This record gives sequence, C-alpha cells and structure tokens, in this order.
Amino acid sequence: MAITLNINGEEKSVEAPPDMPLLWAIRDLVGLTGTKFGCGVASCGACTVHVDGAPTRSCQARVGDLEGAEIRTIEGLDGNVAQAVQSAWKDLDVVQCGYCQSGQIMSAVGLLSENAKPSDSEIDDYMWGNVCRCATYTRIRAAIHEASKRMET
Amino acid sequence: MNIKTTRRAFLQGATAASAALVVGLNAKGAWAAAHGGEFMPNPFVKIADDGKVTVILKHFEMGQGTTTGLSTLLAEELDANWEDVGIEFAPADTATYMNTLMGVQGSGGSTAIANSYMQYREAGAAAKSLLIQAAAADWGVPAGEIQVKDGMVTHGDKSAGFGELVGKVPEGAEPDPALKSPAEFTKIGDASLPRKDSAAKTNGTAIFAMDVMPEGVVYAVLQRSPKFGGTLTSFDASAAMEVEGVVDVKETPMGVAVYATNTWAALQGREALETEWDFSNAETRSQDEIEAEYTAAMDNEEGLPARADGDAAGAIDGAAKTVEAEFHFPFLAHAPMEPLNCVVQVKDGKAQVWDGCQFHTVTQGAVGAVSGVGPENTAIETVYAGGSFGRRANFNSDYEVEATMAALALGDGRPVKLVWSREDDVRGGYYRPMTKHRVRAGIDADGNLVGWHSTMANKSIFKGTPMGDAVVVDGVDAFSVEGVADTEYTIPNFAVTLHDMESPVPMLWWRSVGHSHSGYAMEVAMDMAAEAAGRDPVEFRQQILAGAPRSLAVLNLAAEKAGWGGDLPEGWGRGVAVHKSFNTHVAQVAEVSVTDGDVKLERIVAAVDCGVPVNPDVIRAQVEGAIGYGLSHVMRQKITFTDGMVDQSNFPDYEPLRISDMPKIEVHIVQSSEAPTGIGEPGLPPAGPAVANAIYNAMGKRVMHLPMIDDGISFV
Repeated sequence: MAITLNINGEEKSVEAPPDMPLLWAIRDLVGLTGTKFGCGVASCGACTVHVDGAPTRSCQARVGDLEGAEIRTIEGLDGNVAQAVQSAWKDLDVVQCGYCQSGQIMSAVGLLSENAKPSDSEIDDYMWGNVCRCATYTRIRAAIHEASKRMET
Repeated sequence: MNIKTTRRAFLQGATAASAALVVGLNAKGAWAAAHGGEFMPNPFVKIADDGKVTVILKHFEMGQGTTTGLSTLLAEELDANWEDVGIEFAPADTATYMNTLMGVQGSGGSTAIANSYMQYREAGAAAKSLLIQAAAADWGVPAGEIQVKDGMVTHGDKSAGFGELVGKVPEGAEPDPALKSPAEFTKIGDASLPRKDSAAKTNGTAIFAMDVMPEGVVYAVLQRSPKFGGTLTSFDASAAMEVEGVVDVKETPMGVAVYATNTWAALQGREALETEWDFSNAETRSQDEIEAEYTAAMDNEEGLPARADGDAAGAIDGAAKTVEAEFHFPFLAHAPMEPLNCVVQVKDGKAQVWDGCQFHTVTQGAVGAVSGVGPENTAIETVYAGGSFGRRANFNSDYEVEATMAALALGDGRPVKLVWSREDDVRGGYYRPMTKHRVRAGIDADGNLVGWHSTMANKSIFKGTPMGDAVVVDGVDAFSVEGVADTEYTIPNFAVTLHDMESPVPMLWWRSVGHSHSGYAMEVAMDMAAEAAGRDPVEFRQQILAGAPRSLAVLNLAAEKAGWGGDLPEGWGRGVAVHKSFNTHVAQVAEVSVTDGDVKLERIVAAVDCGVPVNPDVIRAQVEGAIGYGLSHVMRQKITFTDGMVDQSNFPDYEPLRISDMPKIEVHIVQSSEAPTGIGEPGLPPAGPAVANAIYNAMGKRVMHLPMIDDGISFV
C-alpha cells in the first residue's frame, strides 16, 4: 500500500506493507543510505533516526505507524547542535570504519538536545545502545564534550 | 595529455634498496597515461588541472586508516597541499597494486603501511620530479633550483600550482624520484594531520557496499545449511513467493536464494521458505564434545613439535618451583558493524563486483571462475568496508561467490545485492579457532625462569588453502602457535607442542590471529611464573627481554607512564603485559577497580613501537580500537555449539563492548626511525592479559577461561 512519510521535511510516498521497518523504507525505497542496518533487533543503534525529534531505532519503527511523523535522518541534520556534533566528530577524527557513526551522531544530537552539558556517566547511559565494533568510544565521549563546548559559543 | 615515461626509467631512478618494492608494478608500460583528462604519472596518483591530487589506494579502508596513511606517504614526497589531496580505491589489478608483503592484491596482517612505505613515497617523489621538470622548462630555469611546498612550485618570483603545470610536463620527461630524509618530513609524523575519511563518515555520504544500489538491483538473502557441512535435499518456496516484494526463489550451490524488490521483503521471504537438509557430513557435535576432543588429544597424544630448545621437560621437572595453567579460548565471530554483503552483476561476458573488498586477487579469481567470464573480465569497484577484523578476506571469497551464484541463478543479467543478516554473520563460521593452551613452567631456586612448555590444541586456518604449503610446515600451521613459538623471551629450555584439530566449521584469521589467544596465555602464565619466583612482574619480564631491546623499551615506557609500583586506591589492581606481533612491540598496563565483587576497567596505558610513526593519531586510534575490540571477547563473547548449531545469533547474545565498558586509554608512541610495521592488530594481544593480571592483583583470582564472565568474573 502507498504510505506517505515526512523525511527531512519532504513528503515521500512509498509502496510498502505497513509492518515494514522504517529502516528499509528509508534505505531501499527512498534511497537515503546514511542510516545503516547493523542488527535488526534494536541492539546496536546503527539505524538511529529522529522521529519527532527523538532518537529512534528505525529497524523497529513500522512505516504504517509513522504517517504524519517528522522523520529526520543524518542527511537532513541541521541546526546548532548538529553542527557542533558533526564538527567535533570531524575535528577529533572519531571515525574508523564509520559504519555506526551516523547512528552515533543521531544519538549524540539527541543527548545534547536534552542535556547540553552531560557528564561522562550521562554520556555512557545515553549512548549505551550505540555499538561501535571499532571501539571509538573514548573519542565519542571526547567529541560529545567538545560539541557541548561549541554549543556555548 | 600523455607523457611518455617508462617503468624502466622509474626503476633506474629508484634507489637500489627500494627497487624490490616496485616489482609487480604495471609491466605494460602504463606508467604515464591520460586518465580522464588528468595527469597520471604513475598508477598511484592523478593530478587534475585544478590542482586536485587523487591518491589511488591499493588497500581498502575498513577503519584502519589506510586512506590517510597511503595519502600521507605520497603527499609527503609530492609536497602536496593536504587539503587538495583526495582518494580513490584502486581497481583489481594484481600486477600493479600487489601487496608486496603478501604477493597478492589485498590487505591483511597489518601490512598496509609496511609494504607501501617506500612505494607510495617513491610514487609521490616521481610525480613531483615531473612537475619540477615542467616548471623548469616553462620558466627556463635549472630544475635543481626549484622549490616545492604545499602544492606550490616556486623559483624566485615565479610560482605555479600543480594544476598549472600538469599540461606542461615535457614530452619524454622521465621521473627522477629523490626521497626526503626523515628530518625533512612535514606530514609523516604529524599527529594533527586530519583523516581523509572523516568528513564523509560524519555526514552520511560515505558509500559502503550496503549502500550500492545500481539501476535494476535485486535484493537477495540466502538460506544456508543450519549446520556447517550440510547439503540441501529439498525446498518449498510457495509460502516465500506469497510475501509482498519477493520476486523469485532459486537453488544455488551455496544455499537457496530469495530475491526481492527490497531487503526487508527478501528477509521475510526467507522466513517463509521451507528447506530440508542432509547433515550426514555436517558438524553435529555440541560444545562439550568438541572441548572433550581437544582435552583428550592433549592428554593422550604426543602432538606436533612446533619448537624445542634445550630440554623443557627436564628443566621443569627439576625446577625448584613449577607453575601449571590451562587456558580456554572460545570460537569467535568477527561481527563487523556492516554485515557482509556485496553487489554482483554478470552480463555480456563480464562480471562487475561492488564490495568492501579486502582480497582483490582472490575475489577477482573466484568471481571470474564461478561466473565463467574469467578473472580478466571481472572488475571490482572497492568501496568503504564497515569493519572487517579479517572477515572480508578468505581464500574462498565466500560472500562474493554467494552473490555471484545468486546472480547466475537469477540469470537475467541484473545486479544482485546479497545481504547477510546479523544472524547470518554470527552463525556463518570463519571463526577465530577455539584454542586450549596448557603451560608448564619451571623456576629455579634463584627465581629464574628455566623451562617453559606450551601445549596447544586448535584447528589450523591455513591447512588445505592455497597458502597451506607455505605456512604449514611438518603439520604445524605457524599461525596456530604464533606469539608462543616465536616469543621474544629468552627461556633456555623452551618447547611448544601443537595438537591440530579437525572440524567442518571454517576457521579464519580474526584481528591479531594466533596472537589473539597466545598473547593472553603467555602473559598470564608469565605473571604466574613471576609470582612463583617472588619477583615483580615488570622486573621479571625485563630480565628475560634483555635480548629484545624494542620490547624491553615499550615495557619500560608503559610501566613508567602508568606509574608502575605507585599507590592505587583501595580495591584497585594493576597488571602488565607485553607482546610483539606483526613486527610491532606493544606493552600495556591495565588498572581495574573491584566493588562488591564487580570489576570495572579503569585505565589502560599502552606503549607502542611500530617503527616510524607515519600517522601518530591513527596509531593511537588503532591501539584504542584494538584494545576495545579485544576486550569485547575477553569479557563476554563466545561462539558455542549445540548439536552442530551455533548457540548465539545476534548482539544480545554475542554482546559487544559498549561505551560504558571502555576504560580510559593512553597511548605512548616510541619515536623510532626503523621501517614502519603493523598497527591494526598489535594493540590487541596485550590488553586481555594486562586486564587479567590486574584482576588478579585486585582480587586474587586467575582468569584462565575466556570469556571472563564464564570464569566467575562480573563487570560493571
């Protein structure tokens, strides 16, 4: 059936069963590939997008439930927090293989939007669900602190 | 433009020491070529008329930093402006892009920088020499008076960017590469040089194989035998074909392929597929049976001698004190973040592969053979790989062959994108070999280590492969016993015995290969020996590393930077380990705290000697990452079997290290002038034993059965 999704401010009509996970609609039907498939069971966070501003595992959200919701992917990130996060990520050379980093960044933007000055343990709690097999975690922590600083200026 | 230069001329210009490294370069005389309107003075670099420099990367990028590393080497000698340097992955062309340490085009064994160090520098220097000749001819000045810096060529008041000169290289100019002395380096060794892949990987634009969707692509998943070695007897596709989006179901030699218009539909179709299998040649054992066979072999059979110096048994039996330890290391899956996948199209007598390709020569050969078009008609477009840790390179090119077979079975010439689910990945084999390792060591009355005997049981990675003859000598796979049989410790009576085990389950190199387990056994048993000798663990190691100055130096550096011997808070413990792998020397000091019996990893201080540190920040990142990857398996991960089926399936039961587990890490890099060695893997082996020794120091428990949670350790 035809389902209309609002992705990055644009209306996208996709032909999909209502139980199709948002992840696959974004990737295979809409063609936005920055959002990644890592586990399919909400255990790694690689597929994290924002739904109505909240970080959401797109492998679990079903397209049939999302008509009218505002969906934002890494390609549609903008604003002060996103700019601070992405620039800090780049300047600290956080990435290695990079495959999980869209999801890490979407979660980090969610964290800093809720809590502009998180402690290490608050970062650990919030980012716990985002796996990085390259283990870039020490730099993720550092980049979130750096982004927090950049948001003040 | 087309500048005639020859490989022979390049070789003549190269130094004698480096000439060996350019063997295997394009012998077809294609050193100079017009390439898409750009100046391509050799196969490793293109310079456009807008001044943009593109470094052609013979190694893939799985996160280890080769995009940055190879670019650094070439840009250093070219004196390019770093911001003008871009990257492109090389095509599959073994003659031109061979890994000179492997003899094939491919990445592995932490060799990317080691084998490229002279080659990419020479390629940059050769290109620079042609730009200098262009400027000399254009300006009518002696080439020797021309300066090049940050992408600008200057002489007196004359100056030009690279882009202005590419059209002015004189006809017949031959490159005259002169390499810098290390004192002249401006990029090699610069810790502030930004990674080349950071921008694309922070805005979602980096393209991985998973993101390749050519026109007309069909998505496919494969139903494989649920037990290793099983064969398909029948299948019923009727329910699968009912799933919305499923377009076809076909039998292939590797399993039953379900094709669909999107990945989700393919996965749903596979859920609905019914298959029957013959398991008469399959692995049907359970974990306890497999382990019992290893133990029985070690108990009852003589084994294969992998090393025998002096009389280990006699020295241990006659020693004042003996230490005995038995270690268990489980099978492990690599589980890179990007599940295995690639796209293959077979059409009009040609095969096209889109892949985070790690082993170009093998994949080109395998896809060419399976598709019937031949390797010469098989092209590979390499894209970013979402991790590998060894998994994307194997002698069968398993997932690329699967995709090729799926494309052939569909038979309509459309590109097929074959995707593995995480469950496919965790259950798909090619595991780090399970290993049991017994150590007996003897200490004399003066506290000296006088004898050591390691007895190991595991399945060979190389036996039966095309490289088996080179690697397996008298039945002993060097990779089964590496890290022990080639230890740097001086032990007068030293023996290593190997029991070579069999199984239908395929084994593979997993980040740091044999060192991933041998380093742990060596360094924990060494701590036990030091304790039996009544000596400090660092001082004990220093004595027997006297003949290994680089390992001794990193041991001393890590101990100094960590404050070895200093006070720790109540409930904390400190442990040390030192291990050489891939010609790189790494020592680590770990600190843990224990609260109510729960262990927390607090800090790891690492010291590294990998020769000339080309990109110090990438080196730091690789050591941080190798520690984290290694701790994942040390703490919690294992693959086990029940009736031949893998018990684990996905991250919830193959639990990776998470951010809250990650200790603070400090990396100290030795300023060496030796040739660069590996760094992707060597940070891993010492991490586990350093933590184990710290746990012992804190709570008096020796952890010898991995993962640690199976040996009574709980973590916070």
